[in-house]
Amino acid sequence: MKMILVLGLWVMSLSLGAVTKINGAGATFPYPIYSKWFSEYHKLKGDIQFNYQSIGSGGGIQQLLQQTVDFGASDAPMSDEDLKKASWPVLHIPTVIGSVAIVYNLDGVPNNLKISSKVLTDIFIGKIVKWNDEALKKLNPQINLPDKDILVVTRADGSGTTAIFTDYLSKISSEWKNKVGNGKTVSWPAGIGGKGNEGVTAVVQKTQGSIGYVELAYALTNKLNIFSLENLDKVFVTPSVEGTSLAAASLSDKEYLGDLRLSLVNASGKQAYPISAFTYILLPVKQNNAENKEVRNFLLWALTKGQQFAPELHYAALPKKLSDSLIKKIKALKD
Amino acid sequence: MLESLPCRRMQNRQDLITLWLMRWLAAMIVLLLILLVILLCKLALPAISKFGLGFILSDTWNPITEEFGAFPFIIGTLITSFMALLMAAPLSVSVALFICEICPKQLGRLLGTFVEMIAAVPSIVFGLWGIFSLAPWVQNVVTPFLKNTLGFLPFFQGPSYGIGVLTASLILSIMITPTICTFCREVFNTIPSQTKEAALALGATRFEMIKIAILKPSYSGMIAGIVLGLGRALGETMAVAMVIGNTSRLSLSIFAPGSTMASVIANEYAEASNAIHLASLGYIALLLLAITLIINSFARFIIWKWTPKI
Repeated sequence: MKMILVLGLWVMSLSLGAVTKINGAGATFPYPIYSKWFSEYHKLKGDIQFNYQSIGSGGGIQQLLQQTVDFGASDAPMSDEDLKKASWPVLHIPTVIGSVAIVYNLDGVPNNLKISSKVLTDIFIGKIVKWNDEALKKLNPQINLPDKDILVVTRADGSGTTAIFTDYLSKISSEWKNKVGNGKTVSWPAGIGGKGNEGVTAVVQKTQGSIGYVELAYALTNKLNIFSLENLDKVFVTPSVEGTSLAAASLSDKEYLGDLRLSLVNASGKQAYPISAFTYILLPVKQNNAENKEVRNFLLWALTKGQQFAPELHYAALPKKLSDSLIKKIKALKD
Repeated sequence: MLESLPCRRMQNRQDLITLWLMRWLAAMIVLLLILLVILLCKLALPAISKFGLGFILSDTWNPITEEFGAFPFIIGTLITSFMALLMAAPLSVSVALFICEICPKQLGRLLGTFVEMIAAVPSIVFGLWGIFSLAPWVQNVVTPFLKNTLGFLPFFQGPSYGIGVLTASLILSIMITPTICTFCREVFNTIPSQTKEAALALGATRFEMIKIAILKPSYSGMIAGIVLGLGRALGETMAVAMVIGNTSRLSLSIFAPGSTMASVIANEYAEASNAIHLASLGYIALLLLAITLIINSFARFIIWKWTPKI
C-alpha cells in the first residue's frame, strides 16, 4: 500500500517536473485573447503552462528589461532608448490588431452618425461644444441634431488606448500635435476623465450628450452608439474587425520586413478603419533557452491556428501576408 | 536608581524576552514610517531637484511636455475632503447621539451595526454606485436645486455632468461617516450615567443635558474622531478616481470635474512612461503624506489644548 503511494507521488512529481512554466507580463488590452490562446495551447501541449500578468504595457517593458519574464507584451512599441537598455535584441511580434471606437450617447439620434477627422479633433480640443454645430450638421444632413452640450469623456489613467487615439489625432491635425501631442497620458484640453475602458463606457452610458473613445470590444459588448469615421480615402467607416485588419493590409513589403515598430493609424485603403494599432509580444532573442524556444513555438501556433479565435473576441486577425513573413522571421531564429 | 528597579524585578527570562520582543516590534513601526519617507524622497528626488518648491504652486500637469505641478491636485484633495467633512461630521455626531442616548438599547445596537457595515463596503463598490446612481441624481436633482437657490455664488455655476467635485465629496462623506460615528459613540459611552442624571436632576431638559453633560466633555474626543475621518477622506483613492472626472484644469465651481492627489497617483503611476513623470507622482505622494501629518498634528494640538488639565 505504502509502495503504491510512494510510487504515485513519484510519478506525480515527475509529471509536475516536466511542465515548462513560461512567464509573461504586459498589456491589458490583449489579455482576453492571450488567455484564450494560453488555455487552447495548453490543451494541445499539456507540458507548457503560461502565466501572464496583465500589468500594463509600461510594466511589461520594465519587467522584460529586468529579465523577470520570458516575454513582454505591449500596445506601444518599445522606444529606441528602451531597446538599448535590453540585454539582448528584442523582436516586436504583432499578434492581433485592435481598434478604438468613437462612441456617443444622444437620445433620438440613430447609431453610426458620420464624423470627419477634422470635426473629431475640434470636439476633443474643445472648439465644437454643441451637438447641432454646423460642421456636424453638414456631415449628417438628414438627422435632426439637438441643441445640446457635448461632454467629452477621456481616459484618466495612462493607457495604450489613449496612445493610439492621440497618435491618430496628432497625425491628422498639426494643431493637436502642437497643443496636446500624443502619449499614454496627455493633458486634455476639454472634458472629464473616466478610469479604464469600463469607466469611460459607464460615463458615456450614463450621460446624455457625451462622446468618448474606447476599445472596439467595449463599444460592441455594451451596445454603445459608434461613429462612422472618415478615413484617408474619404470613406466613412464604422469600426469592425474586418476594417481593422484592412488597416494593416496597406503596409508596403518593405514595412512588412522591417522591425514593425510602426503606427497603423490613418492607413490608406477604402474600407480601412483609421484608428487601429498592433499589439505586440516582445520576444527577447536568446539562444539555447528552453523557455524562449517554447515562446517561439507558441508564437508560431498563435500566428497560424490561433488567429481564428481573434474575431469572436473583437480583435482583428493579422493579414495572411504579414503572419507568413512573421513566421519566417521566427523560424529563422531557431537554433 | 529608578530605572534599575523594574529590571531587577524582571528576573524571569520570559519577561525579558517579551520586553525585547515588544521593544523591537514597537521600534519596527517607527522604522517603517522612516523607511517609507526615505523611499518616497528617493523616488521624488529628480522632481524635487528639477521643480523645487515651485511644484506646489504650479498648475500645469503635462506629461508630454514634461511640465509638472501639484497645485490642482492639492486643491482638489483639500476641497473634496473638507466638503465631505462638512456634510459627514454633523450627521455622524447626530447619529451617534441618537444611538447612544435616544433610541432603545436593542435598536441602537442594530443601528450601530448597520452604520459600521458601511465601513465594510469596498471602495470600488462605492465608485460603481457613484457612477451609476449618485452621479445622475446629482446632475438631475441636486444641481438644479443648488443652482436655483445659491446660483449667484461662483461656486454653484457652470454646467454639471454629474461627475465632478460635488459627487466625489458626497461619496467621501458617506465613506467617512462610520469612522466618525463609531468613534463618537465610544466617546459618548464613556460618560458615566451619574453625570447625566445629575444634569437632569438639576432641572436640565434632555437637550440641555446632551449639551452640557455629553457634548461638552466629549469635545476633544469628537474632534479626534472627525480628524480620523478626515484622514480617511484625504487618502481615499478608488471611489474618488471613479467619480471626480480626473482633470488637472482648475475651476471655482463644485460641479466641475477635478482631481485629487491620491487619484492622480492611482491613475497615472502604472503607465508613467518617463522618469520625471514617475518622480513627480512620487513628489505628490510625499506632499500628501506631509499634508496628512500636518492635519493630524493640528488635531493633536486641539485635543491637547481642550483636554481639561488635571
